[in-house]
This record gives sequence, structure tokens and C-alpha cells, in this order.
Amino acid sequence: MNFRSGGVKSFLMARKRRSIPEINASSMADIAFLLLIFFLAVTTLDTDTGLMRQLPAIPDPNVPQDINKINDRNILEVKVNKDNMLLVEGQLTDFSRLREITHNFILNPNDSPNMPEKHITYIPFFGNVPVTKAVISLQNDIGTKYGVYIAVQNELIAARARLREDLSKQQFGIPYDKLDEDRRAAVDDFYKVPISEAEPKRIGE
Amino acid sequence: MARFIKTGERTVKAISTASLPDIVFITLFFFMAITTMRETDVMVTVILPETTEGKVLEKKSLASFIYIGEPLEHFQALYGAEPKIQLNDTYKEIADIQDFIAQEREQLNEADKTKMLVVLKIDKDARMGVVTDVKQALRRASALKIMYASMNVSKIAYGQ
Repeated sequence: MNFRSGGVKSFLMARKRRSIPEINASSMADIAFLLLIFFLAVTTLDTDTGLMRQLPAIPDPNVPQDINKINDRNILEVKVNKDNMLLVEGQLTDFSRLREITHNFILNPNDSPNMPEKHITYIPFFGNVPVTKAVISLQNDIGTKYGVYIAVQNELIAARARLREDLSKQQFGIPYDKLDEDRRAAVDDFYKVPISEAEPKRIGE
Repeated sequence: MARFIKTGERTVKAISTASLPDIVFITLFFFMAITTMRETDVMVTVILPETTEGKVLEKKSLASFIYIGEPLEHFQALYGAEPKIQLNDTYKEIADIQDFIAQEREQLNEADKTKMLVVLKIDKDARMGVVTDVKQALRRASALKIMYASMNVSKIAYGQ
């Protein structure tokens, strides 16, 4: 009897356990899919890249402009006219040559008198070294295409970046990207080469 | 007989989809981690110019975006096909930039105000006239750190 009742009890319990419904998780996948699709729709994957630039502050009218003090030989004049043609120092130039011209201009390997002068300056890690006074002046017309303008900027920045990269490798043996802040600042000082964006003018009209 | 049928049923069990939610959740978390919220609906067509020297924008929270390009096709009946400036979610004029910058700057905390960056997302076929106007407006608003948004490519072909 005892045994039998126990047997019945265990039988009932087993039945009961079997009858407890599992929580239905089949819709979990649907919920997760829904969330996934929502996030795919409202978020963007792309990281923004671009050319970092610093605009000049609005000049104080009471302070005289020192732009005229820059010697002509130190300025590389780059113009893009309304027909998207590139003029370097007043000469029609092909886009593919701009990087090389800028590179040579900044470097001035033969100390040519009509290329930028060098000034002996103390720079940490380098000591007293001749530092170029080159400035790049970029001018555009209001009709210039933005894409062309950015392409020119890109070439100028690329030329400068390559010089810095070479210098970094030569001096420290590591690429510019891997330099610590002090060393990077020193390399930046060596090839400062500001790219100035002049006030727009109507060129070639 | 009944017993026989039962065992037969057990052998033809359906493929378990129990791990499907887990898989989908992993994908979901992956996307949540690597993507960022789309803040504004871009109402202009912007095809970015290509560059090789572009740097990655690191702190998106410090950036404000200015879009310039042709209005989208269904807005063109109303606004024309000339390139327009978009700030936040509406088309604006040059004169509104100063207010926009002040407003964006207000949203940053005190320490970050000097680090504010304006990202210019400009269509490559836009003319420099409007770009220069925007730049001048930014100078007046003393938002001097800018970034010309571009597509980074390994090599540019010059075939214009």
C-alpha cells in the first residue's frame, strides 16, 4: 500500500513536472531581430574622415597686417581659377605635379635664391638647424569647384606630411604617427609651412 | 503500440532554434557598439570629395555639422536646385550660422568649448563662393577649428 501510494505519488509528480509549460522563447528571436533592424536603421557605421584645418581669426583692424612682411621668395602662390585650372606661381600646372613642386619648394635642396630662405633656429631634439620659412598661399575663385579645391589642399598637405614623415624616420627612426607629443611638436616646428587661405578673389575673369 | 509511436516521434525532432536569439543578440550588441546614432536627417545630396590625407574624427561629441549641397529631389520643387546650407534639420542661410554655432557651443561643457570642431560636409560639385561665405561666417563666430569632411582613398586619379 505504502509502496503503491508512493508509486502513484511519484507518477503524479512526474506527470505534473512534465505538464509545466516551458516559457516559449521562440519569439525571442523575433524581438532580437526587431531590435537589430531598428539599430541598423537609426545608426550610421561610417566614421568621419577629413582634412583638419585652422581658420585664421578675424584680423583686428587696429593691428597692422604683417602679411606684407613675408618675403616673396618664401611664398608659394597656388591659385585655382574659376575654370578649375591650377596656377602655381602664376604658371599653369598639372595637378599631378603639385605635390612634387611643393615638396621641392619647402625643401629647397640647393639653397636657390628664389626659393624659401632658411633661418637657423633652435628646435628640441634637433639643436640649431636651418628651418625653412616657406609659406603656402592658397587662393581660389568663387566659381572654383569645391572638389578641386580640396584636391589641391590634399596635395599640399600630402607634400608637407611626406617631409615630416621623412624627417621623423631619419631623426627618430619611427614613423610620424607613432611619435610622442614632444617629438611630434619638434617635427612640426621643423616643417611648419603654414597653408594660408587667402581672402577669395576673382581670378581669371 | 503507443510506446512505439512515441519513440518514433522523438527521433525526428526539429532542429533547435534555441540559440538563434543568442546569435541575433550578439549581432545586435555588435552593431550597437560599433555604430553611432544618426543625429540629423541629411536633406541635401552630399558626395564628399576624395582625399588621401584625411584624418579620422575622434570625438564626435565635440563636432557640429554643416551640410552644403543640392536639396534632395523631393525638396527641389520647394527650394530649387541650387546648393543650400543645412544646419540641424532645416535649410538655413549664411546669417544663421553665427546663431547655430553659439547654440552648439552652449551644449558643450565649459572645458570642451575651446575644442569645438565644425565639420563641413560639402558636396564636391558645390562652388567655392558659398564655402567661402560659410568660412567667413565661422571666423566671425570664432569657430576656427574646422574639418573638411572627405572620403579617404589610397590614391586619387586626376582626370578632370
